[in-house]
Amino acid sequence: MAGVKLQGLSKHYGDFQAAEGVDLDIADGEFLVLLGPSGCGKTTTLRMIAGFIEPTKGTVTIGDADVTRLPPWKRSTGLVFQNYALFPHLTVAQNVAFGLEMHKVPKAEIGGKVATALDLVQLGHLADRYPRQMSGGQQQRVALARALAFQPDVLLLDEPLSNLDAKLRHEVRHQIRNLQQRLGITTVMVTHDQEEALTMADRMVVMKDGRIQQLGTQRELYDDPTSEFVASFVGRSSFIKGRFTDGRFVSHGGLAVETERRLTGEAVLALRPERIHLGADAASDANPDTGNTYRGKVESISYLGSSIDVEVKLNEIDSVIAQVVNKSRESGASVGDEVSVTFPRDVPVFAASPA
Amino acid sequence: MSTAGPSLGGMFSNRRIGRWTLNAFATLAFVFALLPLIFVTWLSFYEQEIPSFPPTGYSIRWYAQAIANERFIDAFILSAQVGLVATAIGLLLAIPASIALTRYAFTGRGAINNLLLMPLVIPGIVLGFSLYIFQVETTIATELPIMGSFWGLVFGHVLLVIPWSVRLITASLIGFDRTLEEAAMNLGADPFTAFRRVTVPGILPGIVAGAMFGFVSSFGNLEVSLFLVTPGQTTLPIAILQYLEWKIDPTIAAISVLQILIIIAAMLITDRFVRISRVV
Repeated sequence: MAGVKLQGLSKHYGDFQAAEGVDLDIADGEFLVLLGPSGCGKTTTLRMIAGFIEPTKGTVTIGDADVTRLPPWKRSTGLVFQNYALFPHLTVAQNVAFGLEMHKVPKAEIGGKVATALDLVQLGHLADRYPRQMSGGQQQRVALARALAFQPDVLLLDEPLSNLDAKLRHEVRHQIRNLQQRLGITTVMVTHDQEEALTMADRMVVMKDGRIQQLGTQRELYDDPTSEFVASFVGRSSFIKGRFTDGRFVSHGGLAVETERRLTGEAVLALRPERIHLGADAASDANPDTGNTYRGKVESISYLGSSIDVEVKLNEIDSVIAQVVNKSRESGASVGDEVSVTFPRDVPVFAASPA
Repeated sequence: MSTAGPSLGGMFSNRRIGRWTLNAFATLAFVFALLPLIFVTWLSFYEQEIPSFPPTGYSIRWYAQAIANERFIDAFILSAQVGLVATAIGLLLAIPASIALTRYAFTGRGAINNLLLMPLVIPGIVLGFSLYIFQVETTIATELPIMGSFWGLVFGHVLLVIPWSVRLITASLIGFDRTLEEAAMNLGADPFTAFRRVTVPGILPGIVAGAMFGFVSSFGNLEVSLFLVTPGQTTLPIAILQYLEWKIDPTIAAISVLQILIIIAAMLITDRFVRISRVV
């Protein structure tokens, strides 16, 4: 077992920077998730750890060893491919044994280790099947067993859940997380699904255009996003654009907002829908010490079952979406109602990204 | 549903007519292709020496005669040897060539691809004649016994094997999922081991089919062999042709039927191990 360290890791294809200056220090036993839209460099980074892509600059260290120039077969990483990449001509047991044979495990020990690995994913009874005879979920577990069987230093997961249906994905998410914790294996997973990242990771990294946007725990990324991109990619936010003048934020629509964090120049506020409080009218329950309260008009309502999204227009330019818990049948506003909108002063604030 | 009813019925009957026509044409094509084989098989059981219709009776004596004819047996053995050796050499060249053609971009790739398929499109007689001139000239220039030798013949037949095997192996390499190789390397296999343990089994149907077709085209080849054999060393098709110059008794029919049976058997046996039908 070992940690993984990436230093200034970059991959350029001509002028295109697939990854640029990626610095990460992944602790031994940590579950790190690389999150981002397609083309953000997360898969490139994962493949550089596995050794399939040679970095243009920077180093990859696994444990104490600099593996930057080592080919994939000399690195101790177990990779679960997005399409599982099970060997179709081999049985499940032979698939799992493959890594053990390659690592020169004595023949007498292979059988036992294959059985152990298959038991980890509860597939011991299907050892003699061929991959094509199994469901997608089972194939995924075989791929996991195969990647773990030879006891690599690092487990790498490349969108492992994207080919499963929604219900199964939910289940497998927890299975993988439990297994990872039980084995205490350092794990790096790539995904574009923020929910996956939020539920599985110890820490997560949001990437965009080949660069790390923000690194932190789920709570840090959700509560304190440091950029508009992170605020919109992890969870949902309503954005209010404006400008700081003399330490005070005034939106383009004319709202004066008290914020704890003060910047200068063009800036953006990110409002999480569940942190916005709706009141029947402006005066009733607003507390000027902790929040900012405004008048608005309900523009639209989306019924989501357990909650209701209410879009409120504050003026010609600014509007916010508030999430209201669906507590009783009568609760909630209707379109056209006048309401009060309150949100706290500790909302995330960041400089506007250049357009 | 109710509005779709009538038009659906119309479509259905249209479809049925289409299907029927297709089946009729397919049957016709099959009959057209198989008719000569059926006649040859029938003829091989005729009793009389000069084929005429209707047959005076049936017998299997032509089969006995074909098998007893030493020239046919020798020719059969030579054809089999040339076919097997040419196929083996052809595969050794075709596999690396196919890998290069499918996986690497290099200047002249298209040209090389066409060059390797060339023997399939140029007339056999032209190929045979060119090889003849080439081998005669090299024999004179180098004083090596190339012309008329076993290896000279094999060399010509390798050219018959290569287009088939390159075509079929590249087809299966293109369909091969390369993440499987990556998976093997991730599990500790060096590229050669990954190729041997994962890629070869994956493209095996293509290799076997390529070998099959290569062998069959070598085994049945007449035009190229005609230029490269020497008296006393003839392949089966040439032996058949030479026999026909003097006699037209059903021995030829019998030997043809045997040849067809051998090829069908080879096809069926290989298809049991790898599903050739998937590649061809």
